[in-house]
Amino acid sequence: MRVDGYGRIDRARPLSFTFDGKTFTGFAGDTLASALIANGVALVGRSFKYHRPRGILTAGSEEPNALVEIGEGAATTPNTRATMQELFDGLTARSQNRLGPLDLDLLSVNDLAAPFLGAGFYYKTFMWPRAFWEKLYEPLIRRAAGLGRLSGQHDDGRTEKAFAHCDLLVIGAGPSGLMAALTAARAGADVILADEQTEPGGRLLSEREEIDGQPAADWVAATLSELRGLGVRIMPRTTVTGAYDGGTYGALERVGLHLPESADLPRECFWRIATNAAVLAAGAIERPIAFPMNDRPGVMMASGLRSYLHRYGVVPGERIALFAANDDAHRTAADLAAAGIEVVAVIDPRPDATARGDYRLIRGEVTGTRGRRALREITVATDAGEERIAVDALGMSGGWNPNVHLTCHMGHRPVWDDGIDAFVPPETHVPGLTVCGAAKGDFSTAACLASGIAAASTALSALGLTAPDIPLPAASDDPGRARALWQVEGKGRAWLDFANDVTTKDVKLAAQENFRSVEHMKRYTTQGMAPDQGRNSNIAALAVLADATGRTIAETGTTTYRPPFHPVSIAAMGAGARGKGFAPERLTTSHAASLDRGAPMIAAGLWYRPSYFPRPGENHWRESCDREVRMVREAVGVCDVSTLGKIDIQGPDAGAFLDFLYTNTYSTLAPGKVRYGLMLREDGHVMDDGTTACLGPGRYVMTTTTAAAGQVMAHLDFVAQGLRPNLAVRHISVTEQWAQFAVAGPKARDLLASVFGAPPDLPFMGCTETTLSGTPARLFRISFSGEEGYEIAVPARYGAGLFRDLVARAETLGGGAYGMEALNVLRIEKGFITHAEIDGRITAGDLGMAGMMSKKKDFIGKAAAARPGLTDLARTALVGLRPAVLEQPILAGSQLYDGSDAPVRTNLKGHVTSACYSPTLDCHLALGFLAGGRKRIGSRVRAVDHLRGSEVICEVIDPVAYDPDGGRMRG
Amino acid sequence: MRIPCPLCGERDAREFTPRGHATLLDRPDVDAQPQAWHNYLHLRDNPAGETRELWHHTAGCTAWLVVQRNTITHAITGASLAREAGHAR
Repeated sequence: MRVDGYGRIDRARPLSFTFDGKTFTGFAGDTLASALIANGVALVGRSFKYHRPRGILTAGSEEPNALVEIGEGAATTPNTRATMQELFDGLTARSQNRLGPLDLDLLSVNDLAAPFLGAGFYYKTFMWPRAFWEKLYEPLIRRAAGLGRLSGQHDDGRTEKAFAHCDLLVIGAGPSGLMAALTAARAGADVILADEQTEPGGRLLSEREEIDGQPAADWVAATLSELRGLGVRIMPRTTVTGAYDGGTYGALERVGLHLPESADLPRECFWRIATNAAVLAAGAIERPIAFPMNDRPGVMMASGLRSYLHRYGVVPGERIALFAANDDAHRTAADLAAAGIEVVAVIDPRPDATARGDYRLIRGEVTGTRGRRALREITVATDAGEERIAVDALGMSGGWNPNVHLTCHMGHRPVWDDGIDAFVPPETHVPGLTVCGAAKGDFSTAACLASGIAAASTALSALGLTAPDIPLPAASDDPGRARALWQVEGKGRAWLDFANDVTTKDVKLAAQENFRSVEHMKRYTTQGMAPDQGRNSNIAALAVLADATGRTIAETGTTTYRPPFHPVSIAAMGAGARGKGFAPERLTTSHAASLDRGAPMIAAGLWYRPSYFPRPGENHWRESCDREVRMVREAVGVCDVSTLGKIDIQGPDAGAFLDFLYTNTYSTLAPGKVRYGLMLREDGHVMDDGTTACLGPGRYVMTTTTAAAGQVMAHLDFVAQGLRPNLAVRHISVTEQWAQFAVAGPKARDLLASVFGAPPDLPFMGCTETTLSGTPARLFRISFSGEEGYEIAVPARYGAGLFRDLVARAETLGGGAYGMEALNVLRIEKGFITHAEIDGRITAGDLGMAGMMSKKKDFIGKAAAARPGLTDLARTALVGLRPAVLEQPILAGSQLYDGSDAPVRTNLKGHVTSACYSPTLDCHLALGFLAGGRKRIGSRVRAVDHLRGSEVICEVIDPVAYDPDGGRMRG
Repeated sequence: MRIPCPLCGERDAREFTPRGHATLLDRPDVDAQPQAWHNYLHLRDNPAGETRELWHHTAGCTAWLVVQRNTITHAITGASLAREAGHAR
């Protein structure tokens, strides 16, 4: 219900929303949680395992119970904390983890079976029969236990990622964070102030407090205004989620989640903030008390009650009691009483507790609760006996846990402070990070303000800046006396981890069954493994474990803290990398022309290349492919080969550089000539092959395969800079600067004659720089098809025009464009290799190219290639294969076996790397590696494909199946 | 993680590609003993603490760097150009 005169909401702007189909009204400035409380909705979800009714526990991002689904259809977001979801007009929210309506959840029968569902129950119960696990038990358990569900549909919701840089990142905008930011900003530092809440201010907005004689909220507003004036980047709705190496922090900003989907904003933005220094002012989280039946809707955190009263002007009922062993409960009682709410009692077990107002103080403990779907009554035990008190809500406080998480993200562990009964940051932790305020254990407002100044001063001196003299604002110096209260013994279950339904009994059972290490207890009970990652329960659980195992809390220790502090959606972390963003497309200049001709495109790395160019009447890719192969063999074909890597290499020592890179010699290559080269890795295996042309003295253009272009470029960088830094040579990738087209076939010369106006005067393996229609062009006479072949390169901006022109001219000569399928057939017929053959395990000798390894010079891979294992004659070597029954296809990937050998690994003699149907030779053909290599020519092997159930008797032939003496390409 | 490229300044680690220990710069002579080549190709120290490793500024200036990194803390304490390391030999 609402409390008049309280809250930072705008009562002039009512907002309509639905929860589980019912329409409610809230106000601008509300969260979904505060609006539900205002409407008297206590039951908001069902618990994970027992399906117990649950209500709102907290007012922060640590909320374990009030997880709801927001939105409709594909845009549904599950597990949204109602406490963090800002209200907007038209918001639709649904409760989770129920079968049937929320108040009659059919799965609540689980709660009756609770005695059998303790920690590890499924390890013990669902053992036999074994086969039942996957088919029956697991699906049942998954249905019964769990949280929200994904829609299963493609979600178009936008997310973004962004980078920011600053001198100082201040994490948290409570009193300490604001003071730290102000100190640093006045010193001239470039500051980012990130805060999780909608409004910066932290607990100052949730308390009745004064700073410098004015209401704390006014001091916050004035400070923020000064910070803005000083250029501080204030990032509200931004949770810093992780501390990483080198002063990098991850942060999740809720950009558009507080608005309807129709707002043109991304939902979230994942920030990577690189900073020279950081101040952690993340505050503390109040911890619950594990008393019997403490999970009923209506049991809340005492600090949450204050937040709801002061920020939203709501209270969860008319009669409220409080239970704590610290002064916070009394502060809450005083605030509620001041607002005119009936405080039924404050239950405080401390003998020296004193009331802070006109309410009943009971020195005792809460030992039970009643109420089916909402709290109705509590049982209080005192020295005098038991008493039942009717209440609508109970606020509890077991003390405060500093938010030390970020300090522990690099493997450090927090240390126990007996003085405040809490873990505090260790002495050394994340480099460059300074902790202040409640995150460090300073609990009074005055101490927070002072430690904010001190932390900023430390950071400033590290940055080489001088901290200004800042007067400490006057504020309360009461840290709130406290005594640790972890659990209350009694009849009934006492919850530690609300989100995963873990009770004190489960932790004790774990200890009893010897899961005594806190890490083992966590895994056995699943405590701390829910979406809140144990933010509400970790410390209390290990206190219970410590008690059960007779150790101190310090001895028991904590589990490992890992990022993220708050769940980050994969969509936000991977923003921009969805669909095509994940693998951007590289398109050739002929792309549109290929699509115009109906060519299906296939991916080659990031490139897209035409598979084949179907013509009317062709119904199968093979028909098009066969026709394109014949076209090249009989007339002329045009193919875009721009995707091959092109590296421009220049300098007086360019020849020497190439000599070192390739197995064969380039320094002797004359201008106007092209040479085929083989490049090894330093371990002696083949890295890549291709041609390099000498355009003039000290001017070369290297061609790499499409697949290895990036690798070869990085390799050249490494060799030039790291191994041969004294050579006078420079290189640069020009792959995208030049469009290059292969023109191949007996009529290639005719086609070029029509393009250039005269037939080309180039010998085989010659090259020349020329002009085409007034633009610079390069012409190479090289062939990957075995026909007389040329490649024409023009600046990329002329590629599209040239391709259309070449194809049109080819068509008048009985030819046309050919795609990857035909290109592959043409090269298999000729025994030319690709990365199907050069698979990283192959030597020059395996390819029959041992003769290309120069004996006169050093080159990369030379020493290692001479190792015995790489020159062993028993190695497999490249051969051609032809089926004994010509129409039987050989499958690439098949394994090769001799004679009647059983097709098992120990008998393996080789494998098939590439296969095709050769229209030229009218038979199937393949390339492969076979023990004995060419010495086996004329013999037979069996190609067995176990996966596809194929077995083909093959004849071993020369890898060059067509035109073995090369007369056609030499012309 | 951030790497101080001598040419570009401090940049995010994802602009770089790592390639193992800087010992790769100390390539043996072509006729060195097989053991020397074996060491160069395959054997690496695995120090807990300071190490020198090669990083390629792939999405930047394409310089190969020798980066000094602590394998325990991940702290990067310096970076120089592999080209200079090569010249120095």
